[in-house]
Amino acid sequence: MAVHSDLIICEHCDSLYQRLPLKRGDVARCVRCGAVLERGQRFNLEQLLALTIAAGILFIFANVFPVIHISMQGLSNEATLWQSVDALAQGRITLIALVAGLAIIFAPMLQIALLSWVLAYAYAGRIAPGFKLCMRSLEQLRPWSMLEVCLLGILVSIIKLAGMVKVVPGVGLWAIAMLTVLIILIAGKGIQRLWDELGVPVE
Amino acid sequence: MNLPPYASELQLCLCHTCGYACPVDAHRCPRCDSMIHRRKPDSISRTWAFLVASLIFYIPANLLPVMFTDILGHGSENTIMSGVLEFWEAGSWDIALVIFIASVVVPCMKFSLLALLLITCQRRSRWAMRERSRLFRFVELVGYWSMLDVLVVALVAALVQFRALSTIEPRLGILFFGLVVVLTMFAAMSFDPRLIWDAEVDDVR
Ligand SMILES: [Zn+2]
Ligand SMILES: [Zn+2]
Repeated sequence: MAVHSDLIICEHCDSLYQRLPLKRGDVARCVRCGAVLERGQRFNLEQLLALTIAAGILFIFANVFPVIHISMQGLSNEATLWQSVDALAQGRITLIALVAGLAIIFAPMLQIALLSWVLAYAYAGRIAPGFKLCMRSLEQLRPWSMLEVCLLGILVSIIKLAGMVKVVPGVGLWAIAMLTVLIILIAGKGIQRLWDELGVPVE
Repeated sequence: MNLPPYASELQLCLCHTCGYACPVDAHRCPRCDSMIHRRKPDSISRTWAFLVASLIFYIPANLLPVMFTDILGHGSENTIMSGVLEFWEAGSWDIALVIFIASVVVPCMKFSLLALLLITCQRRSRWAMRERSRLFRFVELVGYWSMLDVLVVALVAALVQFRALSTIEPRLGILFFGLVVVLTMFAAMSFDPRLIWDAEVDDVR
């Protein structure tokens, strides 16, 4: 009988496979349903940690600096991500501000924080305290982190407003664009490899 | 073609959190302590419930205004469709199309595809299983882009705040619209795509 961690089960159709070593850029697909089983690792732990730290810095930039400036008849205004979420927090619709806040601020922030924690320990070859909880949270946060939608939303808003006022993209926009790419690279399903690489013991 | 065995045939079960192949009789994953299930619990009825709830919310989301625009004292309220039409008439058909796809095409497609998947699974249909699998992955992939409208209203309302000249405020419709997106995401998460393939295996439930 093979060791259990050498087995892969397709989450879309329950097919069972023996794990094969993958090279960088390789993709293993399920022959039954066509879903991706596993991808060859693009980065080593050191690079992942570096990218996560970079994401942390970009996150600060994305939130401190305004994403759009507008001006109209001598008046001007600008908005950060937080101010945009806050604009939804009005009376009966406050609930939607919470969803928007989760999607564009809290989920990415938690992803970066949890990843830094587990990767910093993993880099030293250790299993971080609370590793299981962190990894479980990362799995659950993934669908709610919507920076790519936020990026498209900023572009649509710029074009929408361009007809009525003068619009200038802010520093925050560039930070969000780069952060979006980094989050896709670091916070995907590939992070599950840490369970095997750190040899988390099985009871 | 030689197909691999099903994990359930070998008494194994996937842990969604860490990817470990657990023995089916375990309640928790021996590696990460997460709850494990052979199939997501009550998958079909939960998915139907979220789907119907989101369909109901989709009505006020379209009928109620999502945004209030006040330019020099002339106030007007926009629904999602009137916003799309305004862009279309102003000649920016590209933006009209992006918003139309994100707020009308994507949700409606999600409703109908999830309903199709649920009905075929309930009938244990063996029709186009591979293609239906692919449809589900597509639904998962595009679903959250509907959040676009919510974020656009948030940004625009935060920016256009010139008291005397012009202001833009969000309205109740955007709450319902956001809830539709959240509910359809819950619907897709509670659906278990392995049910599509269970039509081939008899003893699994
Ligand atoms: Zn598969
Ligand atoms: Zn597990």
